[in-house]
Order: sequence, then structure tokens, then C-alpha cells
Amino acid sequence: MSGRLVLAAALGAAVLAPLVAPTYQALLMLPFMAYAVALLGLNLLFGYTGLVSFGHALFLGIGAYTGAFLTSVFRVRSMEVILVAAAALGALVAAPVGALCVRYVKIYFGMLTLAFGMVFYTFVLKFYRLTGGDEGMPFLRPALLGRRLEGLSKIDYLVGPYYYYSLAVLVLATLVMWRIVRSPFGLCLKTIRDNPTKAETLGIGVARYRWYAFVISAVYAAVGGALLGPPTGNVDPTLAYWTQSGNIVFMTLLGGFASFFGPVLGAFVFIYLQDWVMSIVPFWRLIFGAILAVIVIFAPGGLAGLLTPRPAAAPRP
Amino acid sequence: MILRAVGLRKLYGEVCALDGVSLAIDAGEFVSIIGPNGAGKSTLINVLTGVLRPTAGAVTFKDRDVSGLGPARLARLGIARSFQLVQIFPDLTVLETLQAAVVSRLGRGTRLFASLAADREVQEGAIDVAELFGLGEKRHVPAKQLPQGDKKLLDVASAFALRPELILLDEPTSGVSTADKTTIMESLVSASKRIGVRAIIQVEHDMDIVFAYSDRIIALHEGRVLADGPPAAIEADRRVVDTVVGRRARAG
Repeated sequence: MSGRLVLAAALGAAVLAPLVAPTYQALLMLPFMAYAVALLGLNLLFGYTGLVSFGHALFLGIGAYTGAFLTSVFRVRSMEVILVAAAALGALVAAPVGALCVRYVKIYFGMLTLAFGMVFYTFVLKFYRLTGGDEGMPFLRPALLGRRLEGLSKIDYLVGPYYYYSLAVLVLATLVMWRIVRSPFGLCLKTIRDNPTKAETLGIGVARYRWYAFVISAVYAAVGGALLGPPTGNVDPTLAYWTQSGNIVFMTLLGGFASFFGPVLGAFVFIYLQDWVMSIVPFWRLIFGAILAVIVIFAPGGLAGLLTPRPAAAPRP
Repeated sequence: MILRAVGLRKLYGEVCALDGVSLAIDAGEFVSIIGPNGAGKSTLINVLTGVLRPTAGAVTFKDRDVSGLGPARLARLGIARSFQLVQIFPDLTVLETLQAAVVSRLGRGTRLFASLAADREVQEGAIDVAELFGLGEKRHVPAKQLPQGDKKLLDVASAFALRPELILLDEPTSGVSTADKTTIMESLVSASKRIGVRAIIQVEHDMDIVFAYSDRIIALHEGRVLADGPPAAIEADRRVVDTVVGRRARAG
């Protein structure tokens, strides 16, 4: 089956899920779609530019808290306004953070992003009056496309309009990212991932392009973070904690960072597998740790790498 | 005069790799830089292409001071280079590698939403260079799967895809077979004429290639210019024969 057919089937299944799947399973699609948006951005940085961020929960948190502030403090209920504001704030914070981080690579880049992530986590945890501290802030039900939908029960709202709204955002984010990675800009990022020294001598300003990728990935993470708020109705600091950053890197590795849809697949498998494992055993992190070790050792291409046929080796000269 | 270097000095701690090197390159010249190991040849190329910042001295390109400018800015100004140790993008195909150079030359790298596949100027520019270097049939092969000679050729070809005015080649034939050496040299000479490269500077150890292709030879020794002249004058220079050419002949 060709890639397009698989994609069409996956999209069809996503559209039908609220109609045919149990409500609980359909509800699990909501965090999947939110994380998938964030991961599309993270993978622009990871898979296409070669930089592993261990602090992207910072931007998930910014997106989620933007929505919480707008709905509960400023009484702004429009989800479109929330998404635009989250994207703008994500970019605003990412601009200086990225300018500092992209001067470093490998573990130094990872640690620096982690440090900024923890600064934000501590900020939302300790500034109780502003952020609600460890209790978090309410993310009130947002209006979708101008419709307030107050008459619907929470479940009907989430598996109905909000589900399809999230799916539409994911599809749109995917189309935009698909375009980006196939643009001249995307090609420049790939040269930097493969060989920054060579890229520089071809006139590609490595630090500048890394910064662009960082900011774009932050915008995606912030939009994903904003989408995470309504299903729980509350935003708390755990969303910005370093384990969240670890989880999204895990999802990317699980799905396969070398593939465009790998991280999306990773998010899907992570969410459902986590739910299933947690329902069986309390020590789900132990199971996930073992899975991560197996993937890194035996399937570095992730699940997408296992599903994609390997190209034939080139004939030896 | 396309490039001028005056009093270049480069110190690595206590070690002086370049000690007051001055040179001038005119348009139309093919200049070879020779010297024994440790003479400062690669350091000189790295300083001229902005990879290293000189400790002292200045480099001017078309009368503009370009000392200390990084390689990306120099590439955009019209100075390209290839490396002694082959530099490729392992996971990119031959065509993608050349497309990246063409995208950079055309200043289209920040086009986020444009389709690379639909950009005819980029596509045709990359295919032209691939054909020019005999890589046309391998254009869809990932660079890491190419034989060593083709990797070297791709490294050089990508520099030419920038259509530079000046190109600096750090041992363009090192690590390849004798047959591939000729292919590479012939390809780059014909590509230079076709593309309109105004001057070539190469660092080379193979004296057959140096004397066959150079208009002028600059001999370096211990970070200083030992001799600078046409091949016949260099061949007749006892100091160069004793320190560079002769030593190589005995070694070979």
C-alpha cells in the first residue's frame, strides 16, 4: 500500500473515531493530536536540523498557560485568538532563548534548552499569585470558530466540535510543515544536520538557520500546548516539567525522527501504549524505559523505520 | 587583482603556522600553493576562506577587506572552497547537494513555503553542474554511497555550483586514484571556463598536477613564502627543489 493510501486511511480513521470508537478511546486522541502538532515542530529541529532539545516543554507550557490566562483572566474565549497568541508568545520567547542556544550543539545545546525549560517550570511553580503554583490555572472552555458551545456537555464538546477542531489544526500544521521541509529552507536545514562545516562554506549561515528552525519549532510546540489545555480544563506546572520534554523526545525516537510522519506515529503509539500499560501495571515508566532501550539499540529508525522498506545498497565500485 | 593577502600571521599558541605571508592573485590565474607538510598551506587556505581568523594581516577580495569574515559570508561574496578531507552531506543525494549550493547562490534559502521541486532555476542549475562533473547519472544517489573519487568530485562540484569568482581547492586530488585525479582536474578546469570562475588557487602535493595545470606556483616553507613565480622559474629554483620538489621526488 502506498504512503498516500496509508495516510488517507489514517485520516479517515481519525475522522470516524468519535463516531465508532468508545468515547474514552476518542478522548485519548485529543492529547495525541496536540502532541503531534508539537512534535512536527520538534522534529524540524531534531530530524531536519540535527539539534535535540530537552527543554521543549517550555513552549508546551507557554502555549497552555497562554490559553489559561486568556480564558480565565482576560475572558478571551476564542480558540483562534488563543492559538495565535500562543504561537506569537512562543516565538517571542524562542527568539532570545534560541539565539543563545543555537550557538551550541550536541549535549551543550540539549542542556541549555533543559535549563531554560526548568527556569520556566520554576517560574510557573513559584509565582503562585500569577500562575496558581502547583494547582495550576483553569483553562475555560474556548469558543470554536466563534461558537461558544456552552450547551454541550464536556464530553460531547470534547469528542465532538473540539475533536474535529484539533484534527483540523493538526492537518493544517502538517500541511504547512510538509511544505516547509520540501522548501529551499528545508534543504538548507538538512545540509546543516549532515555537515555544518560544509554548509557554511556553501554560504548557508548555520547559526541563523538553526535559529529559524528553533523559533518555528517553538511556535508548533506552543500551539500544541494550547491544544492540550481544554481536554483537562486545567494547566499546571507538570506540563512544563523536564519529564514532558523527555516524553516528547521519547515520542520522536519511538516513531522515528528520520521520517516526516515518524514523530506523529510516535505520539499516537505513546499515548495509547502509556494508557494501556498504566491500566495493567503501576510501574509504566519501567516498561517505557525498556522500550526506549530496545528502540535505540535495535531500531534506531523507530517504528517508521521498521515499516519503511530499506533502499537497496548501492553497488560497490 | 582579485585577491590580496598582506602580512598574514597565524599563531596556534606558541606555534607560528603563518609568518607574514603576502600574495596577490590576478583574474585568470590558476595558482598552486606547494610546500612540505607543516608549511602552512592548509592554514593559509583556511585563513583566506574565513574558516580561521588571522592573528595579524589582512585579506582583500576585489579591494574589499574581508579579513575575519566567516566562510558563509565569503561564499556569498564569491569565494568558494573544497576541502582536503572530503566534505559531503552524507544523507543528501548528489542533486540535493548541488541544489543546496544553487539555492544559496540565488539567495533563496529563507523561502519557507516555496516548492524546491518546482523551482526550475534551482533544478536546472544543479543538473547543469552535475552533468559538468560527470555526476549526472548518479544524481539520485545519496552522497554517502558514492565511491571516494565521486565524493571528492561532488565536494568540488558543489563549490563550483556557487559560481564563485574565486575558488580555493585544498588538495582536490588527495585520496583518489591516479585515473580519478585526471578526471577531477579536467572537470574542474573545463567547469571553470564554462562557469566563468576568474581565478583558482589550489593546494596540491602531486607535482605532476601542479606543473601541468598552474600558471603560477607559490612555495611555502615554515609559514613563509619561499618562492612565487611561473612553473619554469619554480622548477629552476634550488631552494624550492631542495625543500619541496626535490624532497617529494626522493620520497616518491
